[in-house]
Amino acid sequence: MFKVLERIFKDRLATEEISLAGSERYRGPIEGKAGADALGECMAICPVKAFSVAGEDYKIDYKRCIFCGRCVEACAKLVPKANAQAGLSHGHVDAMPYLMEAGQEAVQDVFKKQLGRSLHVRHLDAGSCNACDFEMGATGNPYYDLGRYGVHFVASPRHADLLMVTGVVTRNLEQALKMSYEAMPEPRMVMACGACAAGGETYGDTYALVGAVDTVLPVDLYVPGCPPRPSAMIVALLAAADLLKKKMK
Amino acid sequence: MLTTIMPEAILTAAEKYSAKGTHPLTAMFGRDETVFGEGYAIYCYFEVPETKSVDGFKVVFRPESPLEYDSITHIVPAAAWYEREIHDMFGIIPKGHPDLRPLVLHESFPEGFFPLRKSVKVNAKVRGERKYKIRTAKGEGLFEVPVGPIHAGIIEPGHFRFSQAGEAILQLDAKLFFTHRGIEKAVEGKTPYEALPIVERICGACSIANTWSFCQAVEKIVGVSVPRRAEIIRTLLMELERITNHVGDLGNIPAGVGFNPAISLGGRLKEKLMRLCEAVSGNRFLRGVIVPGGVAMDIDAALINHIREVIDDVTDGVEDLSIMFSEQENFQNRIQTTGIIRNRTAVDLAMVGVGARASGYAHDSRSDFDYGVYSELNFKPYTKSMGDVAARLLVRIGELSASFEMVDKLLDMLSSCADTALNVELNYIKGEGWGISESARGSNFHYVALDAAGLIDRLFVRSASYPNWPALTVAVQGDIIPDFPLINKSFELCYACIDR
Repeated sequence: MFKVLERIFKDRLATEEISLAGSERYRGPIEGKAGADALGECMAICPVKAFSVAGEDYKIDYKRCIFCGRCVEACAKLVPKANAQAGLSHGHVDAMPYLMEAGQEAVQDVFKKQLGRSLHVRHLDAGSCNACDFEMGATGNPYYDLGRYGVHFVASPRHADLLMVTGVVTRNLEQALKMSYEAMPEPRMVMACGACAAGGETYGDTYALVGAVDTVLPVDLYVPGCPPRPSAMIVALLAAADLLKKKMK
Repeated sequence: MLTTIMPEAILTAAEKYSAKGTHPLTAMFGRDETVFGEGYAIYCYFEVPETKSVDGFKVVFRPESPLEYDSITHIVPAAAWYEREIHDMFGIIPKGHPDLRPLVLHESFPEGFFPLRKSVKVNAKVRGERKYKIRTAKGEGLFEVPVGPIHAGIIEPGHFRFSQAGEAILQLDAKLFFTHRGIEKAVEGKTPYEALPIVERICGACSIANTWSFCQAVEKIVGVSVPRRAEIIRTLLMELERITNHVGDLGNIPAGVGFNPAISLGGRLKEKLMRLCEAVSGNRFLRGVIVPGGVAMDIDAALINHIREVIDDVTDGVEDLSIMFSEQENFQNRIQTTGIIRNRTAVDLAMVGVGARASGYAHDSRSDFDYGVYSELNFKPYTKSMGDVAARLLVRIGELSASFEMVDKLLDMLSSCADTALNVELNYIKGEGWGISESARGSNFHYVALDAAGLIDRLFVRSASYPNWPALTVAVQGDIIPDFPLINKSFELCYACIDR
C-alpha cells in the first residue's frame, strides 16, 4: 500500500500536449528533390506501390506508405554524398497534413483547445499485425490520456459513433466487419487507421485478403502510418469528433 | 540434415526423434515440391538440447501415392495444430487425428481449396462454404457463453466459446486465425530483401524476433556470418523488444483485475520504452534495423547514453511495480492458483517462453541455441514452478532484471567494439535454412527455402504463441469467466503471429 501512495505522490503529471514531432531518426513523410533516374529507382523499389513519378515530380500515396524508408535509401545510393541538399529524406513528424481528404479542414482546428467534443469509438481489428492496436491502447496511457478530450472506447458497436478499423480486411473477418458496421446507430463513421486499413497494400494481394477497408465499407477518415503513432491517432480522433458535429447539424 | 522417410515410417520416426518428449517438437509443416519434379513433403523438426540444434525428418509423398499418413498427435501431442494446418493448406490427411476441423481457413473458403499448393495462384479469390463446428459440452444445467471475435477491449480478434457449469469453466474452445493474411504465400517468389517489410509486419510486438529468425535462416543458406557489431546490435534490440513487451505486460496484467495504480505506472514505463525504440530505430516497433546480412543502422555513443538513462529509469519503475504487486493482498489473492498449467502439460504441448518457464519447464532459446552474442552474456533461464498467473508474472519480473543486466553488458560491448562494419553483401543460392530467436513470448522459428534464382520458395513461420495457445484452453478449466481476461493477459499470446 505504501509503495502505491509513494509512487502516486512522487510521479508528477505525465500528461503532455499532443505533439506531432518525432525523434531524429523517426521516418515520417518524404521530403526533398531528386533527378528522374533516382525517382524511377524509388518507384521500382517501393514494396507497396505508394511511390509514383511524373517527370521531375513524385507523389506518395500516404494511405499505402509503410514508411519503410526504402525510397530514401535507394535515392541516397544514386545521389552523390557531396550534394547534401539533393535527394530524398524523411521529415520527422507524423504524416498528418496529408491525413484525410474529408478531415483536412477539421484537423486545422484540432490544436485549438476547444472543448465540447464527444466521440464514442469501437475498435475493430480487421486483420492487423497488432502494432496499430498496441498504439491505440497507448492513447490511453498517462502521457496521452485520450479521455481528457471526451473520446472514449466503448465495448459494443451499438454504442459507437465511429468504427476505428485497423488491418487489411481478411476473408476470415469480412463478415464481422460488416456486421459491426450494421449494428452501429446513425450517424456513423468509419476510420481506416494505418497503412493496412487505409491502403491495403502491405502484404500485397493474397487469397486470404479482401483489401483496404474502403473496398468493404464507406470510409470517412484515413490515418497514415505503419503504425500511426498515438499522437497521430489522437489528432485523427479529434478530427472525427468535429466531423461528427457537422454530420449532426 | 533431415532424414528422408516414406509416410509408412512416420510413427517410428516420431517416436525416435521426440525421444520420449525430451526433444520437444519445434515445428511441423508441409511443402509443395512438385515444381522440382517431386511430390509433397512434410518437414518435422525436433529440438536437440544436447547439440544446441534441431534435427528431424522429412516425409515425402511420391507423386502417385495417396496424400495421407498416420497422425502422430497421439505420440507427440504438440503436433495436433500442425497436422490440422498442413491438412488445411496442402490437403494431406493425418489418419486418426482426434480433431480434424479446419484451423486456418474459415467458413468462406470452399472445401478442397489448398492455398499453399503451387497450383493455386497467390491471389486466388475462391469463395465457397465449409463447415466449422465449435466444441461445446452438453448436459443438464450446462450453458454456453460466446465471446468474440470482436472483443470489448482493444485487442486482437478470436472467438471463445465457454461451456459453463455454473460459475466454473468446464471447457473452452478457441476459434482463431481470424487475421490470417496468407503471408507465407505472399512472400513466395520474392527475394529475401523484398520479403523483409512483410516479415517485419507479421506481428507488431514480435518484429525483431520474426525478422531475426528470418535473417538467420537466409544467412544460413548463403553461409555467411554477420559482422560482430551487427550481432551485438541485434541482441540488444531483441532485449529491448523483450523489455518493452514484459513491461507492457506488467501494466496489462493488473488491468485484468482493475488494479489502477499499477496499470498507470506500467503504461508510463512502456511509453518511455516505446519512445526509446523510436529514437533507436526510427519506428516505435523497432522496424527497419535488422536486414539480411546484418543491420541497417548503427547505435552511436549518444544513443548508448540515452538507452542507459531510459533503462535505469525503467529499472527503478519495475522494482516499484514488483513491490506494489507483493504488497497488495487482494491482487495476490486473484493471481495465485489461477490459471494453472502443470509441468507435464507444458512438456506435452512443447510449450515455450514465459508460459513454459512459469511451469518449471526451462526452455529458452537464448541458452538452448547458439545465436547472437548470448553465449558471452552468461545467460540462464529463469523459472518458477507453480504454473499460475502469479508465476508467469514473477517470471517476467525475473527476466526483466536479467535483461537489464544484459543490456548494460551489451552497451559496454558495443562501446568497445572496434569493428565498424554493419552488414555484409549476400549472394543468394538455392538451399534451405532455419533460424530461431527467443521473442518476449518464447522461441520463434522460421524455415526458409530459396530456389536457384534466390527467390523464396517456402517460408514457414512458427511464432512463440503457436505452441502456447492450446495451453490456454487447458489453463482456464475450473476457473471462472471473470478470471479469463487475467489468465489470457498472463500468457499475452499474439494472434497476428500465429494467424500469419
